[in-house]
Amino acid sequence: MELPTQTYRVTRADLVRYAGASGDFNPIHWSDRTATGVGLPGVIAHGMFTMALVGRAVAGWAGAPDAVVDFGVRFTRPVVVPDTDEGTEIEVSAVVKEVTEEGLTRLDITATCQGEKVLSQARALIRATR
Amino acid sequence: MSLDPSFVGRTYPPTAPYQVGREKIREFAAAVGATDPVHHDPEAARSLGHSDVVAPPTFPVVVTMAASRQIVEDPALGVDYSRVVHGDQRFAYTRPVVAGDELVCVSTIEEVTSRGGHGFLTTRTDVSTVDGEPVVAVWSKIVVRGEA
Repeated sequence: MELPTQTYRVTRADLVRYAGASGDFNPIHWSDRTATGVGLPGVIAHGMFTMALVGRAVAGWAGAPDAVVDFGVRFTRPVVVPDTDEGTEIEVSAVVKEVTEEGLTRLDITATCQGEKVLSQARALIRATR
Repeated sequence: MSLDPSFVGRTYPPTAPYQVGREKIREFAAAVGATDPVHHDPEAARSLGHSDVVAPPTFPVVVTMAASRQIVEDPALGVDYSRVVHGDQRFAYTRPVVAGDELVCVSTIEEVTSRGGHGFLTTRTDVSTVDGEPVVAVWSKIVVRGEA
């Protein structure tokens, strides 16, 4: 079963806000000078910010934010965030792979930016909501 | 860069307790756009059986940061932080983190490998309350990029 695709806009302001809230102030997430200096095309989103957006999608599909039992991803491609009002967009979709004997639902998740997958092995295990 | 495989199995001392604040959860939830009342309104959280507002699923990274630093900044291991990129991340929850939790992290190095000139380091951080109740296990794999 395919779950409805969720789309999230990501701007530089979102990255600055996430840096402050998470405590991850690595300058590759806010300074083009630093990002290009280490060979990136420009400022990139925190991997954990992308994962947090996926977490929102999972919580939405589960029907409850506290239903997630296991959640893992592999970061395969950076999410480049241009310094524009539009920023970029991340699309998150998932399919239900199975319902385990314990009644947990396993999701296989796909996250893309500009048509390219930015995560692999993205999976979540959620329990039925009350 | 090659990392010393003899570090596999090494466990670091518990971190100082992290006091999970209600406003920190609200701030983090707002920063990731998590608007569900369970993250913001203690009454909404209590109606779902939690003692206070519930942290979004990736919030434990805020708590495990000190533990990660312990390892990445271990001079004996010798990770060059400017060459680190995030590889994998996983959370296995016993229960969600809620405001009021006092959490302690114990980290273990699970895997050290080298491939194609890059080093790979997998750590497991067990997050539990100061009373020893397990809350979440956090796995993180970092890649230490080799010199180009």
